[in-house]
Amino acid sequence: MKFWISSLSLLAFFFVLTLLGVNEYFFFAGFVVLQFIVLATAWNILGGYAGYVNFGVPAFLAVGAYSAVVLFKAISAPIVVQILGGGVMAGLLGLGVGLLTLKLRGIFFSIATVAVVFILETCVNNWRYVGGATGLQLTRPEGLWLFSTYTRFLFFMMSLLALIAVATARYVQTSYLGRGLRAVRDSEEAAECSGVPTLKLKLIACTVSGALMGVAGAPMPMYLSFVEPTSIFNLSYAISALGMPIIGGTSHWVGPLIGAIVLATVQQVVTVTISSELNVLVLGVLLIVFVIAAPDGIIGLFKKWKRFSK
Amino acid sequence: MISLDLLFEAVIFGVLLGSFYAAVSLGLSVAFGLLDVPYVAHPALLVLGAYCIYLLGTLGLDPIVSGILLMPVFFILGILIYRIYYETFEKRGSDTDVRGLAFFFGLAFIIEVCLILVFGVDQRTVRASYIGSSLEIGEYRLPYRMLVAFAIAITLTVALTQYFSKTFTGRAIKAVGQDQEALRLMGADPVKIKQLAFGIATAINALAGAMLVIVGPVDPSMDRIYIGRTFCVVVLAGLGSMSGTLVAGLVLGITESVVLMTLGASWAPAVSFGLLLVMLGVRPQGLFGR
Repeated sequence: MKFWISSLSLLAFFFVLTLLGVNEYFFFAGFVVLQFIVLATAWNILGGYAGYVNFGVPAFLAVGAYSAVVLFKAISAPIVVQILGGGVMAGLLGLGVGLLTLKLRGIFFSIATVAVVFILETCVNNWRYVGGATGLQLTRPEGLWLFSTYTRFLFFMMSLLALIAVATARYVQTSYLGRGLRAVRDSEEAAECSGVPTLKLKLIACTVSGALMGVAGAPMPMYLSFVEPTSIFNLSYAISALGMPIIGGTSHWVGPLIGAIVLATVQQVVTVTISSELNVLVLGVLLIVFVIAAPDGIIGLFKKWKRFSK
Repeated sequence: MISLDLLFEAVIFGVLLGSFYAAVSLGLSVAFGLLDVPYVAHPALLVLGAYCIYLLGTLGLDPIVSGILLMPVFFILGILIYRIYYETFEKRGSDTDVRGLAFFFGLAFIIEVCLILVFGVDQRTVRASYIGSSLEIGEYRLPYRMLVAFAIAITLTVALTQYFSKTFTGRAIKAVGQDQEALRLMGADPVKIKQLAFGIATAINALAGAMLVIVGPVDPSMDRIYIGRTFCVVVLAGLGSMSGTLVAGLVLGITESVVLMTLGASWAPAVSFGLLLVMLGVRPQGLFGR
C-alpha cells in the first residue's frame, strides 16, 4: 500500500511538473533516465532473479521501436497503440528466444542473445519499408491533451511505464514466480527435482522481461523523430541494462531502480559536459569495480553499513 | 543464378577467410572451450592486439614480426586477467555465471572505449610488401594478405594441436577442463595450469591481431562482429577441439563468402550469428563435440 501511495504521488508530481514552465531539456534528459529504469528493471527480472544474463537488450528495444514505426507508418496509430504493439512483439521475441535457448547453460544463452541483436540488425538494414540502413524521418504530432509539447507528453508516458515496470518486478519478486526463479538461479537441478517447473518459469520471465524492454523502446522513434538501426541496435544499451542492476543490487527490485537513477543521471551529465564515449567507460569501470569489490551492489553496501552502525 | 566459376572463386576465398577465422578463434577455443571461462572479452583483446600492431607499424615494424614480439606481453596480460578472474570469481565460487560474464563484458567495453578515446573511430591499416598485391594463377587472383593469414593460421593450429597432444603441460591443460581433482592427484596445480593456458590463449591474440590488421582495416568497434565469428567457430567446433576449430572456421568462411557473393555484403554480418544461433538451438555440443 505504501508503495502504491508513494509511487502514484510521484507520478502526480511529474504530471504537475509537465504543466509548469520547467526547462524543456529537463524532460528530454528525464525521459532517458526513466527509460533506463524500465530497461534495468526488465533486465533484472530474468538476469537478477533467475541468473540468466541477457546481452540482447538492444534487440528487444529495437523490436519495440520498429513495431512502433510500422504501426505509425501503416495505420498512423496513436502512441499508446504503438507502445502496446511494441510490447507484444518484444514479448513474443522473448518467448521465441526463450524457447530456442533457455535449455542452454549461462554463457551460451548470453551469446545467443547477442546473436539475436546482430541478426535482427541485419534484417532491418535490408528492410526498405522502415528506412533500411539510412533510417527514417518521422514527423511527430504537436502537443497532446494537456501537454504543451510532445516531449513533455512522452516524459509523462515514460514515467507511467517506469511505474508499471517497477510494479511488475516487485510483484514477480514476491510471488510464486520470483521464488521459483530464485530457486532456478541457485540450482536449476535442485529446483527441477523439487517440482519447480523451471522451463515454464524461465519462459514467463523471458517474455515479461522482453515485453518491458520493447515497451521502453516503442516511444523512442517519436522521441527522436528519427529511427536508424546503428544507434538503436547499439550494444551500449546491453552494458547499461546489465550494469545498472548489478551496480544497484540484483536481489531486490529496488536495486535496478537505484542503479538506473544514479547511473543514468551521471551518464546524462557526463554526455553533456564531456563526451558520450566516456559515459560508457564510466559505466564499464564502475561495473567491474562493483562486480569485484561489492558483489551485492549498492543495496548490499547499504545493508552492511546498517549492520555495522548498529 | 550464379555461374560455377564464381562459386568456385567464392569457395577458394572462403577457405582462406575460414582459416583466418579459425586462427582468431584459437585463443577462445582454449580459454572458453577447454577452461570453461566465459571469455567474452576475447574479441576486444584481438582488436587491442591489432591496434598495438598498428602502433608498432608506424615505427616501421613488419606486422608479423611485431605480432611475435607482442606475444610475451599479451601472455603476461592474459595471466593478469586470469588472476583477477580467479581471485574474485572462481575462488569465491558462488554466482560465477552472472558476475563473471558481467566482468568480461565490462572489460570488453572498457578496451573498446579506450581505443576510441585514443585512436578515434577511424579505420586504421598497416603497410607491408604483401598487402595490396595478389598471386595470379590462371584467371584466379589470390590476395597475398589472405595467403599470409592462411599460412599463419595453419602454422598456429598445427603447433597448438602438437602442443596439446605431445607435451606434459599441454595434456595437463586439456585435463584441467575435464577433472581438476584428478589433475591435482597427478601432482599438477590446476590453478597454475589454467593460468598458463590463459596466458597462451591471450598470447595467440597478439599474432591473431596482426592477422586481423593484415587482412583488412580495423576500427575499435570491430570486436562486436567478432563476438559472433569467434563464438560461432568455437561452438561449431565443439568446445576445445583445435582441429575442429580449423574445420569450423572453414565452414564459416565458405558460408560467409558464398553469401557475400550471392546476397551481397549487407547480409554478411548475419551469417556467423545465424549459424551460431542455429547451432546452439539444434546441436549445442558442436560438430565434433565430446
